[in-house]
Amino acid sequence: MANVPSDLKYTSSHEWVRAAGDTATVGITDHAQHELTDVVFVELPEVGRKVKAGEACAVVESVKTASDIYSPLTGEIAEVNKAVVENPALVNSEPYGGGWFYKVKLANPAELNALLGAEQYQTQIGAS
Amino acid sequence: MKHTPLYATHQQLGGKLIEFGGWEMPVQYTSIVDEHLAVRKAAGIFDISHMGEVLLQGPGADAFLNRTLTNDITKLTPGQGQYTLMCNERGGVIDDLYAYRLGPQDYLLIINASRIDDDVAWLEKQRALASGTATFSLRNASDATGAVAVQGPRVVEFINRCFPAASISGTAVAKVSELTKNQIAKFSFHGADIWVSRTGYTGEDGFEVVAPAERITDVWNALLNIGRPFGLKPAGLGARDTLRTEVCYPLYGHELDENTTPLEAGVGFFVALDKGDFIGRAVLAEQKAKGTAKKLVAFKMTDRSAPPRPHYPILRADGAATRVGQVVSGTQSPSLSVGIGMGYVPPELAKAQTRLQIEIRGRPAPAIVVPKPIYKKTDGSQTKP
Repeated sequence: MANVPSDLKYTSSHEWVRAAGDTATVGITDHAQHELTDVVFVELPEVGRKVKAGEACAVVESVKTASDIYSPLTGEIAEVNKAVVENPALVNSEPYGGGWFYKVKLANPAELNALLGAEQYQTQIGAS
Repeated sequence: MKHTPLYATHQQLGGKLIEFGGWEMPVQYTSIVDEHLAVRKAAGIFDISHMGEVLLQGPGADAFLNRTLTNDITKLTPGQGQYTLMCNERGGVIDDLYAYRLGPQDYLLIINASRIDDDVAWLEKQRALASGTATFSLRNASDATGAVAVQGPRVVEFINRCFPAASISGTAVAKVSELTKNQIAKFSFHGADIWVSRTGYTGEDGFEVVAPAERITDVWNALLNIGRPFGLKPAGLGARDTLRTEVCYPLYGHELDENTTPLEAGVGFFVALDKGDFIGRAVLAEQKAKGTAKKLVAFKMTDRSAPPRPHYPILRADGAATRVGQVVSGTQSPSLSVGIGMGYVPPELAKAQTRLQIEIRGRPAPAIVVPKPIYKKTDGSQTKP
């Protein structure tokens, strides 16, 4: 059973969001890393890039395939996780910790309200 | 989608199922890397029941196969097999396969799952054209037959416990482990006749077992139960693909197709130009004499990059970065932890140590041509196709 922390927000495309003030940290869920397995490469956006909610802005590659990661929120990339680029296996071992992808400075914090709660996300992956 | 007799077994084992050549097959059970490393270090078992089996029996089968396949079938004694290819008149590959001589006038072809219909149609057409000599039977036994591959350095430690008696026919051996590379023999498995060959598609020592479809689940379960203490794990098509890519075995639809010849694909060793005429020979002899316009190379990525994937463009390593070819197989090597692949390039770029670039999502990443196989076992026990 995938771990779905109750204090995070989620997208239907399996990203998680941890909001703090006007900044949000983004990664992919335990369910997503379990489906991908064996993450071998992570490509992150440049710091300073402006992204729109729903825009493909990162790529995660497993042995088998490449998958796009979509920004859950609109804003500017404030920081990226260099450790996960160096060690992509962190996505598998610590999806909600050391495996985070990037921080985005929010252009429209109200977008947070449109994200899924933990229970909604759990329902989605439970049904899939 | 089609299912093998082991479909329910894969579901029980938690296999993640995907479509492959019209079949619903397990891509992995736990993880591709886990299963890959199990095969390299201990043992893995693969369902290969989706592959096709064609039986030819009777006088003239040998002459027919020697005209239809590229390798020299007359080199086989009963109980031996060989890697071979079936070409069209242009020398393009219809399929690559294993041909076994089971008895004096008795042959088994193991063909690719995605090619069963095309192969059987081609074989029947060729037999009809040679009607004066068609004194042999040709039977597609693919649906009635199941198969598993059990691969890895520790397989030899437990295989005899699954099939404890001497062989019945084919190569005469007192036990399965006495079979040497490419030998095949019939054994009894709880009353069923099964064929075991010392072959595989992973670069490791191992065996392939062909059994009646209704008995293959028993064979799988027996091997898995007996092999588990030796580290045997079920392995899916994902690991099968990374294992064969590391040792540069071709996969039909990637390295091989009807517009690519065995010489271009680097498997000219299995084309016996000296055996007399066969379909495609004229083109292959000319290529042998004059060289080919493209060559299959193996390469490694040299910097940190995303893994290369099929269809990515191959570029020259100079500033102009001209497109010179295309990746046909590519992945992250679980054994070497680096991106590896194979692709077609002009012959002048095919030498080992040639610098190339692979275009990954619009950006060039540096790569270098390496000798085949990309992965070599260090203890010298590695096998050849």
